[in-house]
Amino acid sequence: MAEDITKTCPYKRAKEETLAICEKYPKKEDSLIGILNEIQEKYGYIPEACQMVTAEYLEIPLAKVYGVITFYSRFTTVPKGEYDVSICMGTACFVKGAKELLEAAKVKLKINEGETSADQRFSLETMRCVGACGLAPVFTINDKVYGNATVKSLNEELDKLIQKDN
Amino acid sequence: MKKISLKEVEDIRYTKREELDLRVNGAYEGKERHILVCRGTGCTSSNSPEILEEFNRLIKEKGIENVRVILTGCFGLCSKGPIVIVRPDDTFYSHVKPEDCQEIIEKHILGGEKVQRLLCKDVDGKIYERLDDLPFYKKQLRIALKNCGVINPENIEEYIAFDGFKALEKVLTSMTQDEVIQEILDSGLRGRGGAGFPTGKKWGFVKIEEEKEKYVVCNADEGDPGAFMDRSILEGDPHSVIEAMAIAGYAVGAQRGFIYVRAEYPIAVQRLRTAIEQEREYGFLGENIFGTDFSFDVEVRLGAGAFVCGEETALLESIEGRRGQPRLKPPFPAHSGLWGKPTLINNVETYANITRIILNGAKWYASIGTETSKGTKVFALGGNVNNVGLVEVPMGTTLREIVYDIGGGIPKGRAFKAAQTGGPSGGCIPEQYLDVKIDYESLKEIGCMMGSGGLIVMDDTKCMVNIAKFYLDFTVSESCGKCTPCRIGTKRMYEILEKICQGQGTEEDLENLDTLAHGVAKASVCGLGQTAPNPVLSTMRFFKDEYIEHVHDKNCRAKECKELTKIEIDPQKCKGCHMCTKVCPVNAINGEIGKVHEIDQSKCIKCRSCMATCPFKAIG
Repeated sequence: MAEDITKTCPYKRAKEETLAICEKYPKKEDSLIGILNEIQEKYGYIPEACQMVTAEYLEIPLAKVYGVITFYSRFTTVPKGEYDVSICMGTACFVKGAKELLEAAKVKLKINEGETSADQRFSLETMRCVGACGLAPVFTINDKVYGNATVKSLNEELDKLIQKDN
Repeated sequence: MKKISLKEVEDIRYTKREELDLRVNGAYEGKERHILVCRGTGCTSSNSPEILEEFNRLIKEKGIENVRVILTGCFGLCSKGPIVIVRPDDTFYSHVKPEDCQEIIEKHILGGEKVQRLLCKDVDGKIYERLDDLPFYKKQLRIALKNCGVINPENIEEYIAFDGFKALEKVLTSMTQDEVIQEILDSGLRGRGGAGFPTGKKWGFVKIEEEKEKYVVCNADEGDPGAFMDRSILEGDPHSVIEAMAIAGYAVGAQRGFIYVRAEYPIAVQRLRTAIEQEREYGFLGENIFGTDFSFDVEVRLGAGAFVCGEETALLESIEGRRGQPRLKPPFPAHSGLWGKPTLINNVETYANITRIILNGAKWYASIGTETSKGTKVFALGGNVNNVGLVEVPMGTTLREIVYDIGGGIPKGRAFKAAQTGGPSGGCIPEQYLDVKIDYESLKEIGCMMGSGGLIVMDDTKCMVNIAKFYLDFTVSESCGKCTPCRIGTKRMYEILEKICQGQGTEEDLENLDTLAHGVAKASVCGLGQTAPNPVLSTMRFFKDEYIEHVHDKNCRAKECKELTKIEIDPQKCKGCHMCTKVCPVNAINGEIGKVHEIDQSKCIKCRSCMATCPFKAIG
């Protein structure tokens, strides 16, 4: 994941790919969130070029598109790292020690919550409930859920990834 | 497109039901067996797809006949997952791993002998062979969850076999719109989203509107952290919700429906889409359903992670493609909702009750529950409780029964401190109210609310000030920013709580917090802001002494507030085993093997990993 398409290719590819997504939807304002969800899933974030294409297609101001993106927490405008580490902060996980997991992950990855490491390998997030409360506390790495987590199990998983390719 | 006739539906119901009877009727004498594998989110996260595959592979490899492997929704007992159930002998296997499949097939399916080591062990260590014997299920009554864990949610014919679309057929062929609404009214069903408004009344409001275009909306934006009732229903029995929406559509005179569901629930979204496709194919959705002049279709709309969109008018804004900011009420959605048209909005669980009410009658439904709250309620039981999972109990069940009889009590023998209902909008119920009967009114009386069904149990290691701060942190980041009391008020409240947790709180802070809380509750535009102070108000009411300790004595008895605690090693108990130094993520513990260790307070991040690891309980 996390390919910054505005760097690797010009506006053209983003435009073509976004347009292909847009055309699955009717040209109406209520298609916006559906389109943005697909772009977010495809690139892991919503690049500026894609926002422009979407605005043009739906014939709404770019500001409106941007406004919607910043409102919903699922949408991001910065690319994530190769490994997207996310600690669940739902109540069930919180009361079972999710905060300790977050602290440990911060120390291990040397980044704060919401940040991506300089080498683009890791990003750290908190999220609201994946719904796997029976396994609390949980964390996810690129959508794979790790249940009944402890600081130890989190550190082990992260160590594996840190040592990989190094 | 193969639209099927009423007669054909009846045929499927009959033949398929016979085939599936062994799932509900344990006395079945036939040779066939069904291996049910849970594919709810919880079990799926712990490899149940691989288990499903492995069973299928083994059965094919060994050429076993008369055994089918079925994907199902949630069985409820998520903490024992992944769960595999063998029917008709009702064997309940817990914590199954893909490599266990071979043993289950060889020993149980071929040899007729249950695999003892995988049978479910209860908290007391007792082994239960049959699912129905488990104390977890004893006090439950499954109405909304009736089909969850019984049918394959991706197979419409299995739904038909268990009385699927019978209610829709009954409504369309033998009831008037008003009769349907009267039936729902008589049942006493109230909105399960949390506020508890009588469902029949809501339907009536939409019906009397004279607009031609009306909409039916299903609110599946389950944003309450720690709640997963709606998700489990959508994953385990999506058809029942869609069928109920069609019934609602008929009753209120709408032809289009929308299901607004969180994009964070990929399995639920996929099952809903599959279900809608199948229903269209069979003609349960579309033009002229069952040959009547009633037409109805449903669309799925994805949310994108905004808690406020669970508020009905914010949800409508979001469906229309805008920032999910609530509208002023009145006008209510029943009068002017989606695109200004009359709109009926109900929660997933509310819909899940509808078909059962139509089929079994309002009288039957009204006979369950308490005076003012009828039927059952589904709770997502979580936190510090042994049996984490999904439970459905009749209204009027006490909290004690849920926590101790169904939930199996608190792990590690710790003491119960509080139960939190209603998520960020609800409150904490302390120990002295353990015998409170769960219904809308009783919970309101003690400053809590039913909410959508999140029920988080907390033991005595939880700091209640910190819990209030946790919920406030949530509302601060989820406040949409439209109105000042919520946008700024919750932030100021959070800041005060933070100050208290850091040991800098004063008496004046406590007073300000109380004033602010009442102000925010009164002056906010929507339900989010109006209920946001509840976690603070209820903890201040029931755990006032903890607030005072934080402010006066600079002490956090639960040792959760870092600034107010120091983690130290008791030199009397420490044996110098080095276990703690290995787990410390910041290398803050020094000491040679065999000698008393010491924690460098300047490095310690108070993650408490060492406390959990120490075999001599020397760290505290």
